[in-house]
Amino acid sequence: MNEISNKWIGTNTIRPDGADKVTGRAAYAADTSMPGMIWGRVLRSPHPHARIKSIDTSKAEALQGVKAVVTSKDIVEFPVDKPVALGIQDMRWMSRNVMAREKALFHGHPVAAVAAMSEAIAAEACKLIEVDYEVLPWAIEIEDALKPDAPILHDFVQFEGKPSNIAGTLEHKLGDIEAGFAKADVVIERSFTTRPVHQGYIETHACLVSVLSDGKTTIWSSSQGQFMVRAMTSLLTGIPQSSIRAIPAEIGGGFGGKTIVYLEPLATMLSKKSGRPVKMVMSREEVMRATGPTSGSTSTVKIGATKDGTIVAAQGVFYLQAGCFPGSPIRGAAGCAFAPYNIANVVSRGFDVVSNRSKVAAYRAPGAPIGAYAVECVLDEVAEALKIDPLDLRIKNAAREGTKAAHGPVYPRIGLLETMESARKHPHYKAPLGKFQGRGVASGYWFNAGGESSAQVNITEDGNVVVTTGHPDIGGSRAAIANIAAELLGIDYRRVSVLIGDTATVGYSNLTGGSRVLFASAIVVTDSAEQVIGQLKARAAKIWGISADAVVWENGEARPSGDHTGNFPTMTLAEIAAKATETGGPIGAGVQLNTTGAEGGFSTHICDVEVDVDLGIVRVLRYTSFQDVGRAIHPAYVEGQIQGGAVQGIGWALNEEYIYNKKGHVDNPGFLDYRMPVCSDMPMLDAVMIEIPNPKHPQGVRGVGEVPLVPVMAAVANAVHSALGKRYYSLPMSPPKVLEGLDEGTLQAAE
Amino acid sequence: MTDMRYLAPSTLDEAVGAFAAAAGAARILAGGTDILVQMRAGMVQPGLIVDIKKIPELTGIEETADGGFVIGAAVSGAVLYEHPRFGEVWPGVLEAINLIGSTQVQGRASAGGNLCNGSPAGDSVPAMIAAGATVTVQGPNGRRQMPVEAVPAGPGRTNLTPGEILVSFTLPPRAKGASDAYLRMIPRTEMDIAVVGCGVNLTLKDGVCTAARVGLGAVAPTVLLVEAAAKALIGSKLDDAAIETAAAACRAACRPIDDKRGTIVYRTKVAGVLLKRTVAIAADRAGRA
Amino acid sequence: MAKLHISTKINGEPTEFLCDPNDSMLDVLRGPLALTGSKEGCGSGDCGACSVMLDGRLVCSCLMLAAEAEGHEIETIEGMAEGEKLHPLQQKFLEMAALQCGICTPGVLVASKALLEKNQNPTETEVRYWLAGNLCRCTGYDKIVRAVLDTAAEMREATR
Repeated sequence: MNEISNKWIGTNTIRPDGADKVTGRAAYAADTSMPGMIWGRVLRSPHPHARIKSIDTSKAEALQGVKAVVTSKDIVEFPVDKPVALGIQDMRWMSRNVMAREKALFHGHPVAAVAAMSEAIAAEACKLIEVDYEVLPWAIEIEDALKPDAPILHDFVQFEGKPSNIAGTLEHKLGDIEAGFAKADVVIERSFTTRPVHQGYIETHACLVSVLSDGKTTIWSSSQGQFMVRAMTSLLTGIPQSSIRAIPAEIGGGFGGKTIVYLEPLATMLSKKSGRPVKMVMSREEVMRATGPTSGSTSTVKIGATKDGTIVAAQGVFYLQAGCFPGSPIRGAAGCAFAPYNIANVVSRGFDVVSNRSKVAAYRAPGAPIGAYAVECVLDEVAEALKIDPLDLRIKNAAREGTKAAHGPVYPRIGLLETMESARKHPHYKAPLGKFQGRGVASGYWFNAGGESSAQVNITEDGNVVVTTGHPDIGGSRAAIANIAAELLGIDYRRVSVLIGDTATVGYSNLTGGSRVLFASAIVVTDSAEQVIGQLKARAAKIWGISADAVVWENGEARPSGDHTGNFPTMTLAEIAAKATETGGPIGAGVQLNTTGAEGGFSTHICDVEVDVDLGIVRVLRYTSFQDVGRAIHPAYVEGQIQGGAVQGIGWALNEEYIYNKKGHVDNPGFLDYRMPVCSDMPMLDAVMIEIPNPKHPQGVRGVGEVPLVPVMAAVANAVHSALGKRYYSLPMSPPKVLEGLDEGTLQAAE
Repeated sequence: MTDMRYLAPSTLDEAVGAFAAAAGAARILAGGTDILVQMRAGMVQPGLIVDIKKIPELTGIEETADGGFVIGAAVSGAVLYEHPRFGEVWPGVLEAINLIGSTQVQGRASAGGNLCNGSPAGDSVPAMIAAGATVTVQGPNGRRQMPVEAVPAGPGRTNLTPGEILVSFTLPPRAKGASDAYLRMIPRTEMDIAVVGCGVNLTLKDGVCTAARVGLGAVAPTVLLVEAAAKALIGSKLDDAAIETAAAACRAACRPIDDKRGTIVYRTKVAGVLLKRTVAIAADRAGRA
Repeated sequence: MAKLHISTKINGEPTEFLCDPNDSMLDVLRGPLALTGSKEGCGSGDCGACSVMLDGRLVCSCLMLAAEAEGHEIETIEGMAEGEKLHPLQQKFLEMAALQCGICTPGVLVASKALLEKNQNPTETEVRYWLAGNLCRCTGYDKIVRAVLDTAAEMREATR
């Protein structure tokens, strides 16, 4: 491998897609149109739970301007007794989620879709579709879904031999939990609840689909994976993957929520039936009612420690809402919860609970923030009981190289301890606090991921570089890839163009998710670039008439070395490219791999809050995240991930929640009452990047996108506790809840 | 699909004529920041939209000879903010109007729209009530005046009669030592609907409160004029006991609901807290006025 | 439903269009006028992604009827750069990585430009409250606020 001069890696270059995005020219999914395009719209269930007895679409079909109507009959059926896995999804549930089949399972569940000459006609046609529902009793919350007489969503789901809304379980075990607790001097056990929260991407789901009479299908859509769109659409429509070209539009935020399809299969069938290109764009209300938030939860965590602060046993039970189909992120909750610590005896259990709400989708380190919230709050109480500084307690028990985690791995070199020690020494940790102000800390872990990735690196005829990869760029990954390619090839980053290919132009690449994009694409781009460099050296050798082994590649030039040093003038990339035809043809290389070696990511956060004790309002005054980022290829976008994650977590901790009314409908399906943080709510956010390179990656990359959210809710909750001397065991810590918990005694003690 | 018509008359008579003729199917468009949202959500489907922003009387700000102000019903928050004098004289009314929505919303939203939308949580309404503002309305049967507190009839409803259009707000001249303030509680720092809003207008003479009015929003079906709170303040030196009595009067006046924005208990407690804080600001300003 | 014929000026150019009476300005910008730089994130004035200038005043184009544009001037993100030359805010946003997914960026830029036209020396708090109506879910706002403050400082320096 070439020597890395680090001219570009670690610098804040201008992103390749930047000018498009600041001028309004970048094409997001809803920005595309086609000649002859018509509009699709979804009819949604008005009931949270109902059997669909019949659907009569004849009146809608007869309306002037209506070109096609689809129902579940048009979507491929997957029998409930045969699992068909696609990534972390199961097509049995995807099929029924995009279009209700036997039953409507939440308010807003699609039951039919219409394509018409205008959105208004499509909306009018939806009103003419007659659906005969048998309304059923419903359950929204976990405790309601687990009652003995709870309405059962799926009679084929069984738990302990009986029909149940518990759709799955998972357990991680290490050591002997009973023996562990027996050694403890202090045992703290607490229960927590969190509410479902939405990913909150500003771009609503949208797509444009064209199906031709020969079956050739083109899909423009905003997703976290064009190959996922192709595969799911193929499975749900029966069109072979080779006939589907899924083109990734620019994506206006996803955070996990765009790792599944909602509209694409419907638009495909509408286009197929109508013979027209069909565009579908969700309203914000549809996004809030019918796309995946992450789970609400109830958890119980028990931790035992000895007097010297050694954690000897830890147990967690996490119940997560899956929405109406199985598949909540219990793996993230139960797996990541205790992962930052070296604990000999652990039991961590997850329960997947279905109820009559929209199916959850991934959200930034799915499940992990829920587990961390409970564990990191209990750790704070353990520290308090032992009169140990909360960071010192964490430092004492921190996982490090060689630690065996309950979820399986033995860690290689990791930077968790450095994040904690860096926090401990940081001026933020020592800064004075005023009345009703408090400081909290928390740590967190996320698995990170590798997986399939493909890249093509081509040298243009004029000696510049085009890199094509297959993962939608959700937050600046093209900029980092440009840095890596420029570094390896030894040329200015502005000579590298980075594109995201569609399913017909680049090899299979797995989702943008799991904090995997730069990790995986850097590997395939590196391998491709090295092959290209090999070709460049061979071409120069051919021109010079020497062996390729006698050529080195330096600063974007081929240079003869060894005995031949100085015998020929160096050749630039452009000079070699100009002679490509006569030296063997086009220069370029592609690599497709299932990448491995994505080691987990850790971070530690410090949060300061102030509480308005008369109104119950919590404001974040200062926030610092310390994260082992492996290697920051493009530091500004790494910081951006860390800052963005902190603010999402602050929203989750303080104000964001789904509120259901008595009819089982979401009562706050918009940005007015689903209260995401606004600019004036936030302070500046400090991101301290600690670079412990991942030994298993050519550039040392670790995933950085998800762990920034994991510790946040616990850090905020611990800060509120520090400000008030009172702990809240449920999120969000919204003003009415905070005020309700404050009495005179608490306030006097807090003063 | 509704056949909606759009009209932008340049005279009030024309507007009243068209509005009255549409017999309930019409809606007035000022800044549009409520009506467009309601139309999009399918809550209203007007047959006619009467855009009143081309009518000079509805878009002007006039400081009258006696020191009062007449503000056109469609004047946007941003325009009122830029008026050289209004904010000096009525800082509480201005801050209330300026709290409606975002900067973008301020570019369009008006006090007239805020009042006619009929929301008990409208930010400008408690401040206008505290200010003792009156409105001029014009309908098929001519013009009339009414106090602001008489306009709301309940959530989404007003006491304007069919065909009547809100023309302007009139704010009375200011005595020396008089000022006002408005505070609201929202969970975030911006972009929320008031959970409770409180407007206080008072006059101080030698440290004694000689006049006061208190408006309270989002705690009842309509914004309230809390006379008992004002009574507790008048004649006092705004000492803790007087303010506590006024706060208790505010709490007692509350008839709130539990909803996605707040609970009965929370709103009631907060009404008292906001009264105290708002009085402190108004008194401070009055001491300097 | 009879279409309305509207004459207006968009980004300095006289522009005519036909619209339905209930079309929003955003519908017309994104549809017939093909100015898709203004985004619809909510349709209710809560996210600011559709921010435009109406006669020099910042508004949400989703909260404005297209018919209201008659006789008025509108500026959109597409009119912000002068030819090839980016506005200093656009340039600074690129340099400081003040965007991630970029969907909120046009609205944030239009709103920030409106701020700097009114206030050449805003405080951090003023920037934050001015931009409170522009939701960004990616950045946590930090880099946006810094980019606006830095641009303001540079523009002051340039005009000294």
